[in-house]
Amino acid sequence: MRIPKPRGRASEWLLAQLTSAGRAGPAPAPESWDDEAVSLWTLHELSYRGFEDADPAAEWDAELLVVRQRLEAALEDRLRGRWPGADPGPADVPAALEDLVATHEGPSLADHVRRHATRDQVLEMVRQRSVYQLKEADPTTWVVPRLPARAKAALMELQFDEYGDGDPNRLHSELFARGMEAVGLRPEYGAYVDDALPETLELNNALSMFGLHRRLRGAAMGHLAAFEMTSSIPARKISQGLARLELNGPMAAYYDEHVEADAVHEVLAAHAICGTLAEDEPDQAAEILFGAWTCLDLEARVASALFSSWGIQR
Amino acid sequence: MSDETYPHPDVVLQPHGPALVRGATSVQAEDGTVHAVERPVVALCRCEKSSRLPWCDGTHKVVPRR
Repeated sequence: MRIPKPRGRASEWLLAQLTSAGRAGPAPAPESWDDEAVSLWTLHELSYRGFEDADPAAEWDAELLVVRQRLEAALEDRLRGRWPGADPGPADVPAALEDLVATHEGPSLADHVRRHATRDQVLEMVRQRSVYQLKEADPTTWVVPRLPARAKAALMELQFDEYGDGDPNRLHSELFARGMEAVGLRPEYGAYVDDALPETLELNNALSMFGLHRRLRGAAMGHLAAFEMTSSIPARKISQGLARLELNGPMAAYYDEHVEADAVHEVLAAHAICGTLAEDEPDQAAEILFGAWTCLDLEARVASALFSSWGIQR
Repeated sequence: MSDETYPHPDVVLQPHGPALVRGATSVQAEDGTVHAVERPVVALCRCEKSSRLPWCDGTHKVVPRR
């Protein structure tokens, strides 16, 4: 993948810095949300697969880490400012997660895909989702060494399934790539980052930030739980919508796999991961809820942005 | 450390939810069909409303609790 197209002066500076080894002068502040979001996304990507046109040493470049820290602090402030919850967290974390997921209201892309979405709208949703789905489960894997025994073992049980139970053909990110190809989209990693809405980038940035910081391990696990707990039923609806649009085949197979897999994963995430983490480290209970709420909120923001780009009131 | 430090049963019945089963290689459904198991943990439907029996598909969450 190549470095994403700049969306303002901060990302222009970053492009110059990544390609010309530190000759770009001091870092300017982002000029827009888009500029900020793509800059942080690019900095995080240095720790995943990187860019063919960037110096691999840039991942740990001190000046870039200062910029990353500044952008992450702004993102974290914004996320915490939106969250209505507070310390101390709930005593029964799995029950609180179930309650949160059951009562959270947001526009449903899955309902739209199932009944009304056009083929173009579905393809746009797939392009937006591909920014994460082509590295599905990766940000969460960073959390493994930071967890106590029970949560760590349960997370590995879940992640092993995400990574195809050892079979590279069944890696969830590979299933998604095959689905993209089958519906006529480009399956290469990062192919649609330049088309990503700032809401999509923000969602990805939050996930990467939660994964990269030990301090945010509770939020990362809460995010995972909320994601898995809201996956099975929507995945079935999306699969039905794909069949309605005659897009069945590998893309529908990806969603069918998630109906079954996430019915398992949601139990593991809520109980065996978040429940035991909160028992072993009670100060993480509120953080788990913060991460879970943030997951639902950011997904709802992406959905709202897509609906509004399609001229649909939700 | 003994094997019993942490409880880790092979079958876990989830309240108002599926049965998690670890380490199964095949499952026979109510209609007699035998399904191969490809993942280390499966969730078996207990509400009988799943669209993908014998597997759980999350439908229990929208079924009124008895």
